[in-house]
Amino acid sequence: MALTSEDIAGIAHLARLGIEPDALDPLAKDLSSLLDLVEQLQAIDTTGVEPMAHPASASLWLREDEASPSSERETLQEPAPEKLDGYFLVPRVIE
Amino acid sequence: MHDKTLTEQASLLKARSISSVELVDHYLERIARLNPDLNAYLCVDEEGAKSSAQAADKALAAGNAGPLTGIPIAQKDIFCTKGIATTCGSKILQNFKAPYNATVVDKLAQSGTVMLGKANMDEFAMGSSNENSFYGAVANPWQRDRVPGGSSGGSAALVAAQLASAATGTDTGGSIRQPAAFCGITGIKPTYGRISRYGMIAYASSLDQAGPMARTAEDCAVLLQAMSGHDEKDSTSSTLEVPDFTATLNDKLDGLRIGIPKEYFGEGLDGDIADAVHSALAELEKAGAILKEISLPNQSHCIPAYYVIAPAEASSNLSRFDGVRFGYRCENPQNIDDLYTRSRGEGFGDEVKRRILIGAYALSAGYYDAYYLKAQQVRQLVSNDFTDAFNEVDVIAGPTTPTTAFKTGEKTDPISMYLNDLFTVSANLSGLPGLSAPCGFSEGLPIGLQLVGPVQQEARLLNIAHQYQQITDWHKHTPEGIA
Repeated sequence: MALTSEDIAGIAHLARLGIEPDALDPLAKDLSSLLDLVEQLQAIDTTGVEPMAHPASASLWLREDEASPSSERETLQEPAPEKLDGYFLVPRVIE
Repeated sequence: MHDKTLTEQASLLKARSISSVELVDHYLERIARLNPDLNAYLCVDEEGAKSSAQAADKALAAGNAGPLTGIPIAQKDIFCTKGIATTCGSKILQNFKAPYNATVVDKLAQSGTVMLGKANMDEFAMGSSNENSFYGAVANPWQRDRVPGGSSGGSAALVAAQLASAATGTDTGGSIRQPAAFCGITGIKPTYGRISRYGMIAYASSLDQAGPMARTAEDCAVLLQAMSGHDEKDSTSSTLEVPDFTATLNDKLDGLRIGIPKEYFGEGLDGDIADAVHSALAELEKAGAILKEISLPNQSHCIPAYYVIAPAEASSNLSRFDGVRFGYRCENPQNIDDLYTRSRGEGFGDEVKRRILIGAYALSAGYYDAYYLKAQQVRQLVSNDFTDAFNEVDVIAGPTTPTTAFKTGEKTDPISMYLNDLFTVSANLSGLPGLSAPCGFSEGLPIGLQLVGPVQQEARLLNIAHQYQQITDWHKHTPEGIA
């Protein structure tokens, strides 16, 4: 399966991932060869096989639904690039 | 002092023959001298280490010491450390200081270890050579023009070069075992859920698992004990009781049934590695084990399944790096889309971008069933192979890697890099414990023996590796130029 540089640009847009124009072709080549590798999965008979999402699926547990103190907002916002009065600042979204 | 194992150092500390402050100062001097050529440490917390060492010495003097009190270790830079930079090998987290500690960091600190610093790694743990670190490649201490493996390459190199008593690593497709093999040390990836993933930056959440890397299986057992246990902050963390990993180290191997998958000895395996692994198996047979050829019929499907599942999970996990809440933000964003797109485009390296893209593609409408769902079904088949095998044998043994450490810059094609994980990814897909221990050399480069066991059977793997290390001395070899 061959991906084109247009395909890569489309996926990159979905992933909000900036790709330099001259990197699109090499990426198309790399990802196409990865898809060729992955393609061999199609030949395997998996009729009736339950998909395995997680090795711990049998032992997942839930804690009691009790309120507990959460971390302070200020501490958690400390690493934010731009913030003001407890909010994260981003460019204007609504005109 | 640095040539002693962690367990030997702990005895000396307990006997008050050395102090933790002396040990820490000794390593700090070695790091200052030897790390510039290796690039194994990304940062050294001299002040923090000295004050933790003083606290450890007080506990030792008061007789409150545990088996790890005063032992200097390094943390892979994937673990969040409060107030100390946590980069995950990425530019996007260059100036990131986590507001909290990972559970692994807290647990090891509570057990009295002293953190010397943070270890270099492939960006977001994506890589098998440590060449994907934004902060530069790491040199293999055995031959400096070779890679140490990855993604826990810094951890492996600094343990091999004796720049700490031990280090932590994480393993999503082989990232503890492969670098352990390349650097001639011992490392174990425990059962999925054994160690909390809280504060461990996520790559592929259904595969990621932390573990110790050290000089011997005995050292790994002591560290694994301190790192393991249920954590209510991680919903996948196991509630099962943690056994005493050191209690069974000296068990005899009489009657132990070791399965040798014929698929592990096919095309692509280096001849010297095959010979070294066969010799190791012969040693274990002499020690009482019974060898049995087995088959893992879906072995060849592991890499393709992994390279759908891991990138799919990564594309989802890495969406949190958006330039808004933490990490790198691009200059002068024009609008919110521009902010996301450029922050991520400028902050992530090439391999991370490849995996985000392939993951997003595999999860996208129209391809989900053909790729992601299919890979999960194959994952079940891979897991079933192990279930069947463990009806016949107690553990499985084989090579950790198909080749020894390759030269830095040698592998430019991503697919050939992915094949490094040929023998290791199946344990991650199935959630099983896997261990690598040194079992020989080829042209001066270490070779790793891999053991894989049923779920929760880490103690058995450590027992076998410890017994092997009683009758062989491969783990005692050290690289030149680290005096």
